[in-house]
Parts: sequence; structure tokens; C-alpha cells
Amino acid sequence: MSDRKSMINRKVKEYSYVLILLGILIAMILIISMASPYFFSWKNCRNILNQSAIYLVISVGMTLVISAGQIDLSVGSVIGFSGMVMGMMSLNGAAPGVAIFAGLLSSFLIGILNGALVAYGKMNSFIVTLSTMTIARGVILILTNSQSVFGFGTAFTFIGSGAVGPVNMPIVISLIVALIGAVILHKTTFGNYCLFIGSNEVALNRSGVNVRRYKMIVFGICGLCAGIAGMIVTARLNSAEPLAGQGYEMDAIAAAILGGTSMKGGKGSIIGTIIACFILNVLKNGLTILSISSHYQEILTGFILIISVLISEYHEREKREV
Amino acid sequence: MNTEERNEKPFLETRELYKSFRHVEALRGVSIRAYGGEVLAIVGDNGAGKSTLIKILSGVLTPDSGQIKINGKEYHKLTPKKAAEEGISTVYQDLALGNTMDVASNLFLGSELSTAGFLKKKQMKEEAEKLLKDLDIKIPNVSVPVGDLSGGQRQGVAVARLVHRGGKILIFDEPTAAMGLNESEAVLRLIRRLASKGYAVILISHNMQHVFHISDRICIMRQGKVVKELKSKETSMDEVVSFITGSVLSE
Repeated sequence: MSDRKSMINRKVKEYSYVLILLGILIAMILIISMASPYFFSWKNCRNILNQSAIYLVISVGMTLVISAGQIDLSVGSVIGFSGMVMGMMSLNGAAPGVAIFAGLLSSFLIGILNGALVAYGKMNSFIVTLSTMTIARGVILILTNSQSVFGFGTAFTFIGSGAVGPVNMPIVISLIVALIGAVILHKTTFGNYCLFIGSNEVALNRSGVNVRRYKMIVFGICGLCAGIAGMIVTARLNSAEPLAGQGYEMDAIAAAILGGTSMKGGKGSIIGTIIACFILNVLKNGLTILSISSHYQEILTGFILIISVLISEYHEREKREV
Repeated sequence: MNTEERNEKPFLETRELYKSFRHVEALRGVSIRAYGGEVLAIVGDNGAGKSTLIKILSGVLTPDSGQIKINGKEYHKLTPKKAAEEGISTVYQDLALGNTMDVASNLFLGSELSTAGFLKKKQMKEEAEKLLKDLDIKIPNVSVPVGDLSGGQRQGVAVARLVHRGGKILIFDEPTAAMGLNESEAVLRLIRRLASKGYAVILISHNMQHVFHISDRICIMRQGKVVKELKSKETSMDEVVSFITGSVLSE
């Protein structure tokens, strides 16, 4: 009996953070709706969802990487890179499917390169991905000559502006990615190993698991997620911008951390990331609608990140003392 | 020597192990035997060669000369993999657990139950509960993170994992270090229980009370040699300490 009770208690504790996040999200929606009649319109909701979709896709990959105790700063550049590959392939007459495949493959390979340098080169992921971030962006600027690449077919732009019933394609794609991410992290051996790498890499290695290979693959998955986000961004604008995705890595990290994934690794939550993503985007959109300057938005995002880390640290300590 | 009285074969036997690191002779001909169902304590001052011996047994270090006999099979050196296959398991001091991961994940680490990469979480939980129950390790809920458990419970999880992976000889290196009284009591009981279930247990400890409390035999090492082997029941703490410090010379 008491066992059952303690288990229910524990379950509530486990999800309490997610419930807090959900409460914050709802409170924010209510407050902004009251402040502005435009906010809760269907058009604006779709807009928020579309915008969130892009962030959500990279945040899912980031959640996996951070769970493994690593960081990937290159996702913003990879968004631009995959878009550029897709754009250039399309311009040279490649079918949309081929262009997309090439773009996604390139982003996956950049991720694998990150992972290989971290796992086999035994380098710090922060430094490795900071380097690939600037290298990839440099390559984009050189190859595109700092010009936008455009001229896609309708089959390609459908990904950005098409819809399945009332739901826009970006949302459909992002939810599929989030679902797959959640299954990978919480239901598979691979996800378990990712968390364990973050928790105690030495222990995992000692038990005979090929840690390095898993580390490399998780970066590959994160790269692929960034590639998918790049595909959505490019298709929405019908143009591959050389500076697309710049700074997005920060939002992805913010979403993952706010969502309850531990920066130290070993603990991750996709559902938390999803809600956190919506919180950040509702906030951005709300501030824009209330015509508050984007400079203030930046300040606020920073504060939210600090506060969320404080909350999650406090939450951890609380749990340990129980 | 008392071990000669036995007619059963030792599960693990080392003969004349030598190992030096540059000019330091860490082991100078160490021969020990460990039997199933028995707790063998290895004691000695710092630098006596205990750790080197353990590392050789778990395959981390290669001896310069000498043999290791496990279950009748003779080896000149072991690799960590080979040692594990032969059932030699070391419970490390740092425990080698993932504190943010739940008990079941830790127990099955490296040998998860899965189909096509998908974890069978429910089955793992049930088997983990059964495994812990068999070893009489009390953990209320196998889905809590290991970091939320007490030191003794964590030690229990680490042991259960080794047993699950087919460990037959369990080496404990200072298992009660940095533990409270109740905690160490629980760990000592667990060690005793393992021996009574037929496992061969080797215990390294500086704590003479613990050693006398649970060991059957005591092997005293000094300056890279086994200077004396005594039955715990037939000796006293003073005698053991005098051999450790070298105030009594061995035969």
C-alpha cells in the first residue's frame, strides 16, 4: 500500500516539472491574449506553430546530444548548409527528392564529423562544434557568394507552406521528428546508452559498450535534425539564405535546458523540450505583437534561460534530499 | 598450511606472480588461492601490492611472470574481457554506476533485454526485482535513479550486476570506505551471503574489524609478497597487525 503510494508520489514528482512548464505556457497564453486581441487569432496561432516547428526539430536533436553530456553549437550553421545544398542541387536541375536527400545527407555527415572528432579525437564537444559552426558558415558564404539561392519547384515549397488538412507541413514534420526523438531517447537501447554516456561514461565503457560509436551517432542524429530544420526553413522562404539558422543553436539549447534536460547529461526529456519550445516561441511572438522591441526579447530570453537553470537545479536538489 | 587440508580445487589460484613498474617491484612472487563459498581477505599496508594483484586478476595489468589458474585453466595473463568471461568481477570503489539512471538500467548495463533495439523495460524491471530478491538486496523501487539510493544499496546494485553477468568470483576493493555504520553492516552481510551462496569472494580492506567479522581466511601481504596466510578463527587482530607492520617476520 505504502509502496503504491510512494510510487504515485514519485510519478507526480517525475512529471511535476513538465506540469510546471505546462502551467507557465498556459499562463503566458492567457496573459498575452488578454493584452492583445490579435494574439489568439487562428492566423497567429499557425504562425507560432510554424515558427516553433523549426526550433522544435533542432531542439529534439539538441536534447539527445545534451542528454549524452555533450553540446552541439553547429546546428545553426548546419541549417544553412543543408538549405544551401538543396538550393544548389535544385538550381542544377536535380529532382526535389534528390536535392532533399543530398541536403539531409550532408547535414548528417557534418554531425558524424562532429561526433568522430569528439569521440575518436577525444576533443571537447564545445570546441569541436564551435569550430564546425564557423567552418560550415564560411563554406556557405563562399559557395553562395553570399547570395540567396532560389528557384525551387512547388513540390519542394510544399514542405514549407503546404498543409495536411488544417495542419501545416512544418508542424507535421516537427511532430514526427519529436515523436521519433522521444521513442529513441526513452524506449531504445541507443537512447539508454546516450543517457548513460551523460551519466557515467566510464561505467558504460567498462561494461563493454562501444561508447565512442554511440557518441558519434548521436551527433549524426543532431546534424540530421538540423538538416531537416534547414529543409523546412528553405522551403518556407522558397530560398536558401546564406545566413539562415544563424543563432538558432542558442534557442535549441535554451529549449532543451528549459525543458528539463540536464546540462551535465544523464537526464533528458523530449516532452519537456516540446513544451519549452512553445514557451519560448509564444513569448517571442507575444512580445512582437505587443510591439516590444526585439532587443528586449533577447534580454528576456537570456533571463528565462538563467531562471530555468535555477529552477531545474533547485528541483534536482529537492529530489535528492527526499 | 591450512589450505592443504582441502580436497576441493580452488576456483582461482595464482602462482608466483611477479610485476614491477620500472624500478619498483610491486609483486615479488605472489601465490594465493580462492575457493567458492569462502571469503578471502587480503590485507596489508599501502604499497604492499594489493591493488596490483587485483588489477592483474581483473586483467587490467599483465604480470611479468607467473601463472593464473581459473577453474583448472591456466593463463599467463588476462584481458579484462577474458577475466569477465571467466567470471572474475571487481566491484570498483567508485561503483561504476550511472547515478541519474534507474536501478534496472544499471543492472542490465551492457546486456539490456531488447528486441530490435527497443528496450523491454517491463521485463527488465521484473527480472531486476527478482535478481535483487534472490540476493536479498532490499531496494523498494527499481525505477528510481541509483543516485537516490543509499551507499549500501548502490553497492548492492553493483554486486547484483556482476552476479547477473555471470560473476563467480567477486573482488571487493574497500567496499565499506566512506560508509556509515548501518551501511557497512549491510554490505558486510551481503558479502557473507554471497559466500554462503557459493561465490568466491576476495575482500580488500584496511578495516580489521570488518575483516575479522566476515572473512574465513586472511592473506597478509607485505612488500609485494604474501607473508602469511591465516584462518580468521585461529588468529587474533594483534597477530595480523604484527605481520602487516613486519614486527613479526614470516617463516
